[in-house]
Amino acid sequence: MTVTFKEFQPRYALRIIYISAFFTLFANVQVWAEEDVKEEINAGDQILHHVLDDHIWHFFDGHYGTLYLPVIVYSQERGLDVFSSSRFYDEHHNVVPYNGYLLEHGHVVLEGDTGFVLDLSITKNVFSLFILAVLLILIFRAVAKGYEKNEGRAPSGIQSFLEPVILYIRDEVVKPNIAHNHEKYLPFLLTLFFFIFIGNLIGLTPGAANLTGNIAVTMVLAIFTFIITNVNGTRKYWGHIFNPPGIPLPIKPLLVLVEFIGLFTKPISLMVRLFVAITAGHIVMLSLITLIFIFQSYYVGIGSTLIVLFINTIELLVAGIQAYVFTMFSALYIGLSTEQDH
Amino acid sequence: MLSTLLLDISFAIMGAGIGAGLVAIGAGLGIGRIGGSAMEAIARQPEAAGKIQGAMLIIAALIEVAALFGLVICLLISFKA
Repeated sequence: MTVTFKEFQPRYALRIIYISAFFTLFANVQVWAEEDVKEEINAGDQILHHVLDDHIWHFFDGHYGTLYLPVIVYSQERGLDVFSSSRFYDEHHNVVPYNGYLLEHGHVVLEGDTGFVLDLSITKNVFSLFILAVLLILIFRAVAKGYEKNEGRAPSGIQSFLEPVILYIRDEVVKPNIAHNHEKYLPFLLTLFFFIFIGNLIGLTPGAANLTGNIAVTMVLAIFTFIITNVNGTRKYWGHIFNPPGIPLPIKPLLVLVEFIGLFTKPISLMVRLFVAITAGHIVMLSLITLIFIFQSYYVGIGSTLIVLFINTIELLVAGIQAYVFTMFSALYIGLSTEQDH
Repeated sequence: MLSTLLLDISFAIMGAGIGAGLVAIGAGLGIGRIGGSAMEAIARQPEAAGKIQGAMLIIAALIEVAALFGLVICLLISFKA
């Protein structure tokens, strides 16, 4: 049976082209090329520079390629100072001191190291966080409006795109883990999931900041979970920690100590898991791209790009899985702490 | 003294390399066992394949995080040395 022209559907070919084009979006991991190519490429510094936070946001070389974010510093001696980070760089992109402040290893210090500087600047990660917040607000306001509009009818538009995900989190993650009053914790857990998921995805786009791979951001998320589990802990929960039942008296102090430390290891594990997964993924991709700069050969370029495409796909999977795992463990801890007596 | 200093740094980089290899072995063993059990479970009960696949993927991600942790430390050692 031969394939006739009628059976050949051009829309399948179009679908394949769209999907391939979509993947090429992610193939563009940018690395800041040295101006003098003969110079030895310092791979370590370049890679770490792309994974860490910075006061400027560098998109591409050239006069218009860098976004100079504002520096907001407060110190006992100088008070509050707000200025553009472009003051720290001269025309040749060297770091120069400005107005008594010095940019040392990415930190703003007072010249002469005389005091403590509170750095409240809008850095790359803070700006990326603002973008993520605006994105989340836009998306979920649209979803909420969809629910208003489609009262009692089938969902449409972006509401229909996100509803399966939201229902999956509610029915497979939150409800099985939190037996009592799960609606109270549903907003927090849903926000957590979408914040981490969309934050991870944003970090994978070309030129993006490594937001969810910043240990400060994951620490704050873990602290939220810590506060919510412990504020809502029942008497039974605290009883199990400080007075474990059925334990002989000599071992009790040791066990209380272990349980108390266990209170803190849970959010620490949440924090480190997300941070390592995202940052390590970025470092692996950046290392493979830096290989091209080290070898400076076309064949290495082609091979490296293919491998990076493949690893980028894995990173998309990791983005979703890490968001799911963080939310699942948070729901589990909340469920454990709010367990009611039967 | 300079030669002993260089010797120490080269030991550090060698340690980082061996560490990265061991991390890969650890991850491979762990995820291999998960995959094996998942295959067996799916063979026993094909209609539960979806759930088993989902659980397998999640646990593989957890093991992979531990492996990447070791990888990041080895990379840091080799870059800082």
